[in-house]
Amino acid sequence: MSAASPVEVDPGLETTPEHDDITVLATPWVTIVWNDPVNLMSYVTYVFQKHFGYGKKKAEKLMMEVHEDGRSVVSTGTREEMERDVQAMHEYGLWATLSKAE
Amino acid sequence: MSTGFTRHRRSGRVIAAFTGFEADLLRSLTGQLVELLRNESAVVDDERDPFEALMDFSGPTSEPEDPVLLRLFPTAYADDDEAASEFRRFTEGGLRDGKARAASLVIDTLEEAGLPPMLEEDGLMIDVELDPPAAETWLRSFTDVRLALATRLGIEDGDEEYWYDLPDEDPRAQAHDIYEWVGYLQETLVQALTHRSGPR
Repeated sequence: MSAASPVEVDPGLETTPEHDDITVLATPWVTIVWNDPVNLMSYVTYVFQKHFGYGKKKAEKLMMEVHEDGRSVVSTGTREEMERDVQAMHEYGLWATLSKAE
Repeated sequence: MSTGFTRHRRSGRVIAAFTGFEADLLRSLTGQLVELLRNESAVVDDERDPFEALMDFSGPTSEPEDPVLLRLFPTAYADDDEAASEFRRFTEGGLRDGKARAASLVIDTLEEAGLPPMLEEDGLMIDVELDPPAAETWLRSFTDVRLALATRLGIEDGDEEYWYDLPDEDPRAQAHDIYEWVGYLQETLVQALTHRSGPR
């Protein structure tokens, strides 16, 4: 991810006419972690603590959501922040996607 | 058989002892991972304008064909193919390198701890000692190995009975045993990393 890339546009700077709808700027993005049959519950909790700096209780709550509901929103922020989080989750072997907050 | 990882109280390091056979098996698994990551090269499809293709050497934009690689590098945008391609182009190369480096660190550590290039000797024990950053690298590589084995085996939630019922001579049963063993090692490694030792 380098500043030299012309295709990378900071969503905060999108002021071109087709993006003048204020909701484009206001809508946050989310990182979703999906359940998989492989990753250990202890490991997923560890990753949430380590990467997001969450306390053990919050990390365990999110892990249980992934485990029981099949998915959990683990972070919220700008699109670029969420891309970084998703990339980090992939580094740890967790199955993660990003999308606009519902 | 190895009892897995424990935290050494005084040094804060994570230690484990493996038999030569176990260390050799870990080397083989992580070695295969390195091969896979470096093999199906991260090439872009060349259906496009040749100039555009030449200028676009930063990374792949399409999903990998191998299901293991697709699991290691999942599609980041579920409903936006273009954004997913861009994300892949900027991240997959770096992720591949990171995972290959992590697996190589496991191999190097085992060999530095005395695992010979060809295991011949009986009764060899390999003691590994990892500082916390190295332990985390091992942890991530164990995840990648388990994801790879699980994808090849077709492991699903709640299918334990199926695997335990397979006859011992079924190669899938043996692969599943190895998958579970790496899971056991990983569990002890998470515990060793997260459980603060008591007063020194």
